[in-house]
Amino acid sequence: MRELWRKPFWPLVVLLLLNLVLAPGFFAVRLQDGRLYGSLVDILHNGAPVALMALGMTLVIATRGIDLSVGAIVAICGAVTCAWIAASPDPTSPGAAIGGIGVALGLAVALGAWNGFLVSVLGIQPIIATLVLMTAGRGLAQLVTDGQIITVNNPLFSAIAGGELLAVPLTVIVAAAVYALVALATRRTALGTLVEAVGINPAASRLAGVRARTLIWTVYVFSALCAGVAGLMISSNVNAADANNAGLWLELDAILAVVIGGTSLAGGRFSITGTLFGALTIQTLTTTILSLGIPPEVSLVFKAVVVIVVCLLQSPKARALLGRRRRRRGAAGGAPPADPPPGPPTPDPDRADGAATPIPAQRSTP
Amino acid sequence: MTAVPQPGPDAAPLLEMTGISVAFGPVRALDGVDFRLHAGEVHALMGENGAGKSTLIKALTGVYPVDAGRVVLDGAEVAFAGPAQAQAAGISTVYQEVNLCPNLSVAENLLLGREPRRWGRIDGRGVRRRAREVLARLHLDVDPASPLDSHSIAVQQLVSIGRAVQVDCKVLILDEPTSSLDADEVAELFRVISRLRADGVAILFVTHFLDQVYAISDRTTVLRNGRLVGEYRTAELPRLQLVSAMVGRELETLEQLERVPAEPASQAVAPVLAASGVSRRGAIEPVDLVVRPGEVVGLAGLLGSGRTELARLLFGADRADTGEITVDGTVLPMRTPRDAISAGVAFTSENRGAEGVVGDLTVRDNIVLAMQAARGLRRIPRRAQDEAAARWIEVLDIRPPDPDALLRNLSGGNQQKVLLARWLATGPRLLILDEPTRGIDVGAKAQIQALVADLAREGMGVVYISAELEEVVRLADRVLVLRDRRPVAELAGEDVEVDRVMELIATGHGEPDAERRGGADWEYGRSDA
Repeated sequence: MRELWRKPFWPLVVLLLLNLVLAPGFFAVRLQDGRLYGSLVDILHNGAPVALMALGMTLVIATRGIDLSVGAIVAICGAVTCAWIAASPDPTSPGAAIGGIGVALGLAVALGAWNGFLVSVLGIQPIIATLVLMTAGRGLAQLVTDGQIITVNNPLFSAIAGGELLAVPLTVIVAAAVYALVALATRRTALGTLVEAVGINPAASRLAGVRARTLIWTVYVFSALCAGVAGLMISSNVNAADANNAGLWLELDAILAVVIGGTSLAGGRFSITGTLFGALTIQTLTTTILSLGIPPEVSLVFKAVVVIVVCLLQSPKARALLGRRRRRRGAAGGAPPADPPPGPPTPDPDRADGAATPIPAQRSTP
Repeated sequence: MTAVPQPGPDAAPLLEMTGISVAFGPVRALDGVDFRLHAGEVHALMGENGAGKSTLIKALTGVYPVDAGRVVLDGAEVAFAGPAQAQAAGISTVYQEVNLCPNLSVAENLLLGREPRRWGRIDGRGVRRRAREVLARLHLDVDPASPLDSHSIAVQQLVSIGRAVQVDCKVLILDEPTSSLDADEVAELFRVISRLRADGVAILFVTHFLDQVYAISDRTTVLRNGRLVGEYRTAELPRLQLVSAMVGRELETLEQLERVPAEPASQAVAPVLAASGVSRRGAIEPVDLVVRPGEVVGLAGLLGSGRTELARLLFGADRADTGEITVDGTVLPMRTPRDAISAGVAFTSENRGAEGVVGDLTVRDNIVLAMQAARGLRRIPRRAQDEAAARWIEVLDIRPPDPDALLRNLSGGNQQKVLLARWLATGPRLLILDEPTRGIDVGAKAQIQALVADLAREGMGVVYISAELEEVVRLADRVLVLRDRRPVAELAGEDVEVDRVMELIATGHGEPDAERRGGADWEYGRSDA
């Protein structure tokens, strides 16, 4: 457990430290009109949709799958809700919003069921099965919005992103609640172990009596539902549905969050906490770029460099190389490197050198 | 069966390793081991899991650094930094798993990385010509242009050997090459090995199968716990002595097992399993089978005879086309394994790695997996999990006795015990074991067989499948013999003996005094894997 914590924890800390030094006021939080404001609140608020999508993605990836369709589902759900609200007799009434949200989430479940059907029943490779909806889904969303951006003015719908409870944005509360729920479900029930068993060895799990098919189906439905909620947040934030751009490439952010969180794309062991940190890291990075005033034309490059560094530092091979260099420098009497990662500074290579394992343990592949 | 060439103990060996020690941290994997290999001999390297066979090979080929000792090849001291260097010096290794590209052609696989070139481009015609030469050397009648995965594992294995020997190969290391081959394929492999031996190649052969050692090897070196036990001329080494050299202490268990009396189950007892007319197209013709409580029923036959297929139908791992299965008098729906499991049927697949082991989970998680799956999402309390794990680790002598160890870090035999524990923890009425002793060391084999006998004595019904007929005959009260996907006979009581079963497998009809084939019993004894 400690190891899972250690891995995804430090990039976020480094980013925050960077802001502490370079961006005065980054950590300032103020209360205004009954709602908290500040960069930290922004990170949580803006990061909520991707954090939710990454949560669903974590379970999908744990079963050896991947869900490329979540970005499209974000667009579809936003489009359907806004179209429903706009088409209802009273577009400002709570009833219109509730109806729209209900239809959108119902549709998300149906789309997830479709993905799950393709993967678990028809046995199509997840990347292909969900690619179908990734491309077709955005078309579907455009069909719903007729290619236009639908704007709505519905107080209840706006409250999803604009509302707050005890001064905390609703988006943050919803995302936190879903995380807590999933963490509980995977720890307190056998869900976590069974999902991991299916991800590590599907055939063995089936023969042991695990309902592998049902489980796989369920995680795709859950992933789509998470994306649906994320879609509501995103469209509510701007009170509009943009079928072309809502949720665009967010599936990749979600996957990246899972990977930064330390869950292997090969399936099996997963970490909910890790994914949360991964998602927060990505959002903090985006916010940092804004708060440091990095020019927009280099911001993507900056983001890319950070992501590459984070991924490199998680690669056992890269860490081994780094560890060797550090030791050599240490032996030569040089100063230790400027920024050692916080937390227990025990890099993996040291262990690999000293302990009984002569070569890095390899994952068993199917 | 093959003429033993006479390198003579006096002739200078092609390869000589003296005082080899390899340590991983505090663990000494090899401790002062001597090993020598002559040109033109097949040298079997024997030992239980963990004896140091693989370590010795890896020390030789430069995968692991050697802490002490020297390696002399062809009169010159060598130390390789890696397998590529070893190969350049004439030492090639073929591993248990085929490490080739299944989607490339046979010719491309044979020459991958050393294709003949013309003007900087790969010379396709040259590749095929060279491939044909290699295949001809092995007397292998295979189209070099055909994709590798269109061939059986055996042919793929032979292609790996072809890949290994086409460069100037002085030493060929075969690390358990036969573990996934059936009898004919083993024969084919041995034919190729004999030919290479005649060419003067020194062959180091690692296997778990005693029969194969006697069938092919000239000399045998036995390791135990990282130390050399001895080097023997195979023909002069009695089997019992070989086994005792390998296992030392554990022979007793095997001997005790021989004395287990097979109590004939009373016909009056209601059967725990009754299958009638169970079949699946392309897998097995209709079969009737009855298993009573306390009875071990063996399924005997070659690979592809339908023995595994039948076991899978009984468990619902594959769906039967016809027939009816009742367990304790209740008809099974036979749709999924869950139906069988809830009726009290347990099954371990012959393919332990792909269909049994959940390697990245702990021993504890693996032991409770079937119990947990039966309960659904309601988690088994941690204390109950710990108790179950501790109990089965003790009962089955699982090593290391650590419930938090990842299963993939255990040896094959201990993994198999964990899989047995997974099912025994569910308290099954009927246990279907498909090759439970495949690829595991002799000590664990004996323990598992003893366990099966104990379980039957306590009233469990057991269906037991093994390619090693002696094992089936030793354990089973009755044996159903399968041949060409259909049952040919059922033997019971006095009739259960290896010769009868072999006769039935070979001819399809059992005449006890029919002409016997002698000498090559491994052909029957190992029908598969």
